[in-house]
Amino acid sequence: MTVLAQALDAAVDTPRVDWLAIAPETVLFGAAVAIVLGRALARRRPLVDEASFLTALVGVVAAGVFTFVQWVVVDGDGPYQAIAGMVAVDGFAVFVRTVVLIATFLGLLLSAGYLRREGLEAPEYHALMLCSATGMMLMASANDLIVVFLALEILSIALYVLVAFDRRRVTSQEAGLKYFLLGSFSSAVLLYGIALVYGGTGTTNLTRIARFLAGTTLLEEGVLLTGLVLMLVGLGFKVAAAPFHMWAPDVYQGSPTPVVSFMGGATKAAAFAAILRVYAGAFELYRVDWRPAVWALAVLSLVVGSVAALVQTDVKRMLAYSSVAHAGYVLIGVQVGNEAGTTAALYYVMAYTLMVFGAFAVVTVVGRRGDRRHELADYRGLAGAQPVLAALLTLFLLAQAGVPLTGGFVAKLSVFDAAVDAGQYWLALVGMLAAAVSAFVYLRIVLAMYAPEDDGPAVAARPVRVDLAAAVALAIAAAGVLFLGLLPDVVLDFARDATQLLAAGGRAGA
Amino acid sequence: MTDFPILTTLVLLPAAGALLTLLVPARRPELVRALGYGVTVATLGVTGYLVTRFEAGAGIQFVSTHWWMETLGVRWTLGVDGVSLFMVVLTAVLFPIGLLASAEVDRPKAFLFWVLVLEAALMGVFLALDLVLFFVFFEFTLVPMYFLIAGWGHGNRRYAAMKFFIFTMAGSAFLFAGILAVGFLHRRDVGFLTFDAGVLTEWASSPGALSSGTARVLFLAFAVAFAVKVPLFPFHTWLPDAHTDAPTAGSVVLAGVLLKMGTYGFLRFAIPMFPQAAVDLSWLLLVLAVVGITYGAVVAAMQPNIKRIVAYSSVAHLGFVVLGIFALTAEGIQGGLFTMVSHGLTTGALFLLVGMLHDRRHTYDVAQYRGLWKAVPVFGGLFVATAFASIGLPGFSGFVGEFLALLGAFVTSRWYAVVATTGVILAAVYLLWAVQRTVTGEPDGDNAGMRDLGPRELCTVVPLLALSLFLGFHPSPVLDRMEPDVDRLLEHVEARSDHDVPSPAPGVEEAEAGR
Repeated sequence: MTVLAQALDAAVDTPRVDWLAIAPETVLFGAAVAIVLGRALARRRPLVDEASFLTALVGVVAAGVFTFVQWVVVDGDGPYQAIAGMVAVDGFAVFVRTVVLIATFLGLLLSAGYLRREGLEAPEYHALMLCSATGMMLMASANDLIVVFLALEILSIALYVLVAFDRRRVTSQEAGLKYFLLGSFSSAVLLYGIALVYGGTGTTNLTRIARFLAGTTLLEEGVLLTGLVLMLVGLGFKVAAAPFHMWAPDVYQGSPTPVVSFMGGATKAAAFAAILRVYAGAFELYRVDWRPAVWALAVLSLVVGSVAALVQTDVKRMLAYSSVAHAGYVLIGVQVGNEAGTTAALYYVMAYTLMVFGAFAVVTVVGRRGDRRHELADYRGLAGAQPVLAALLTLFLLAQAGVPLTGGFVAKLSVFDAAVDAGQYWLALVGMLAAAVSAFVYLRIVLAMYAPEDDGPAVAARPVRVDLAAAVALAIAAAGVLFLGLLPDVVLDFARDATQLLAAGGRAGA
Repeated sequence: MTDFPILTTLVLLPAAGALLTLLVPARRPELVRALGYGVTVATLGVTGYLVTRFEAGAGIQFVSTHWWMETLGVRWTLGVDGVSLFMVVLTAVLFPIGLLASAEVDRPKAFLFWVLVLEAALMGVFLALDLVLFFVFFEFTLVPMYFLIAGWGHGNRRYAAMKFFIFTMAGSAFLFAGILAVGFLHRRDVGFLTFDAGVLTEWASSPGALSSGTARVLFLAFAVAFAVKVPLFPFHTWLPDAHTDAPTAGSVVLAGVLLKMGTYGFLRFAIPMFPQAAVDLSWLLLVLAVVGITYGAVVAAMQPNIKRIVAYSSVAHLGFVVLGIFALTAEGIQGGLFTMVSHGLTTGALFLLVGMLHDRRHTYDVAQYRGLWKAVPVFGGLFVATAFASIGLPGFSGFVGEFLALLGAFVTSRWYAVVATTGVILAAVYLLWAVQRTVTGEPDGDNAGMRDLGPRELCTVVPLLALSLFLGFHPSPVLDRMEPDVDRLLEHVEARSDHDVPSPAPGVEEAEAGR
């Protein structure tokens, strides 16, 4: 017995597990497991639904508390790495985790009424959402390419199921299948890229990669560069950057709308966290090589996203294409590749998460029973029937258009600011033009809502009920968007601190 | 009381009023009306206090400045000088009158909300001395105006509102790009990010800061946005539609104040920041101004719709303003500024009168009206007087402004001024023709049975006409406050470009002495 233990100790150097480093993930996942177990053990259905909802909320709040504790530690003692350098506990991780937790919390609130309305109540829904959030949280602090991949799979597989959750709607099934097929393909591409990077550098740990690249001059870079490109493809798919955005419109259109409101912001936040950590961090020395690729992705996303959105008639598809354009703005920040760029990208992700959640939350409510009424025509005269709902959607859409006094304005401003400061005039110009084009997309929806009554039948005249949880979620999102627009310094400072307190990668680590 | 943030109050008072409106129950329209009058009259009162405390020649004063978005270098900076003072006064005067004119509007609560939001935004536009803050207010005027046209207009209002929105929105995109570019270029050069108008003007106009090509591109970016607002030919096509279909109060404010955002933008930002580019490209704006003056007048003469006549007359009047400004002489700019004020008063009054006609007969068709003088003598008299005021008959404010603008233009841009002078004659043609067709003759049919103006209607038109008359005879209260700041602007342009402001033409001395 002792011999065996000694042999094992000799063979595998088991790392010390710093539980605080992965506490938020552990709590979330624990809550998910508890929900599934409770579902299996309990008999009385209705109570299980309520209990699982509450468990999920408590889990998210507890994860938020642990994230805050991490922030206090990082802010006080500086960033550090844990679990054999697999996980980085730093300001960057805390920021992205905060974004993910906000999206999860709001998503859960919004889903409650939706599930009841559609008769889809199932504890598994909450468990899956928490699982997905676990993956996103892990992604935020991943300091090893293997952990990046693991996190990506955890978040994606749960999302595939969530997308197809509305079993009775063919479009939901179709969306789930499409997302699954394309998603697993992109995961494979990412994994292949990781393998090639491993082949090129001999390690998957981001800190060690940065150190290796700093200390070695590679004579043959082909393998490494191919790996970098393939990883960008895999991650670009997750953020829906053109030309890897093909899934987005169909998936956004088909999925249950609260799922979109959750994944729209949170998935992007997580995937951009990985992109920033890998490219702007570990491969900072290879900026000359990856910046043109990111430049092309950004420009393509901006152009394709804003132009294609113009010709849509389905509001969910419009917002899906606009999310492609938004990925382009964040990519501008990534492309700049310095501290200002990363800060701008982080701020943008935060603002975008709130804006997109709010927009899809209103779409959820307006979609009514069956989650089908998403044509632009369904929004005619909404303002007359439900002024508050219409005003909120207007706020979220104007924020996405980048209108002053909203978070979207500051987000775009800081991205352009970073780009111009780095001499990327053309990128900033394309961004501004795309913003002008996509403003009309959002205007179309707003104007439809405020169409005068005598202008045709008001389809949306019959009011819909907004349940309490969804109302709270909408209020939080609206307050957040306005807060980010009126007092942006608070979050901008947070994002800057987050960028400076990096535990891994080229800047701080090597 | 010296530290009292009077300018911030001017912006926040209407904004707070708008929020209060939301709290008033919709079934108590009399409360809504009382609130509207209360807030706009209070704003007028604060403005009056501002005028009495204003010190001519003291430059920008009553500055209040606070950090807003420190990380992005954006400050809440408000200030007033002789250039902006009378735009603020005009705004404060026209809003209560506009509300009085729309006392019988339906859905008064929503109407008042948008009107007060509009007033707050306009005050902000004329007071903001931070470029981003200015842009925020500049953009923000679109939203309430859109809803006022689309919600309370008539005819093809939805199309008109949409056209208005898209035109100005497209212009603003250039403005925003220009503002960001100036801010970012300044940071590359100097090292910190700011959008403070004073700092950026000082930097951008200093020799060597911008290449002449860059300066021209940036000037044009600003100019496009402002030209759409003015509107200069050929960006004017939104204006007749918007005016024709807007509710009366909307037209009054649109013509009276909103159009001046463009000309004010030229004076406050575009010219001081890029003086050399402004001098080099002044020919372009002068050409557009002269085309606007003559084209606006000719087209106005052809209109069968009386509101469109007034709308096109605005194109012509604003042409005079731009002509005066880009003459780049003291008389020209003062004339431009004075015309801005005078046009706000007289065209505002014309729109009010035309609105009253529409209230009675529900048509703007000139051919439907005959013999109004005999049928409704008070209206007829006021209409004729206002038309004369608008034409710029000596004795009314329009004369002083246009005369000064032409005088200023004659010195530096002689042939432009010569062509523009025909616009004065054409103005007489289109307005007198309209007056002749509607006012003279024997009233027939429905015209005979029209009721004359009530006291409320008199209260809206008479003050405007009285002010126009007062300023026509006694323009110095306005001119004296403007003059030092116009001179300061010109000195700045002279120092920072190869422009020579000519010494006053012979005869001007006497004219000034006579004033």
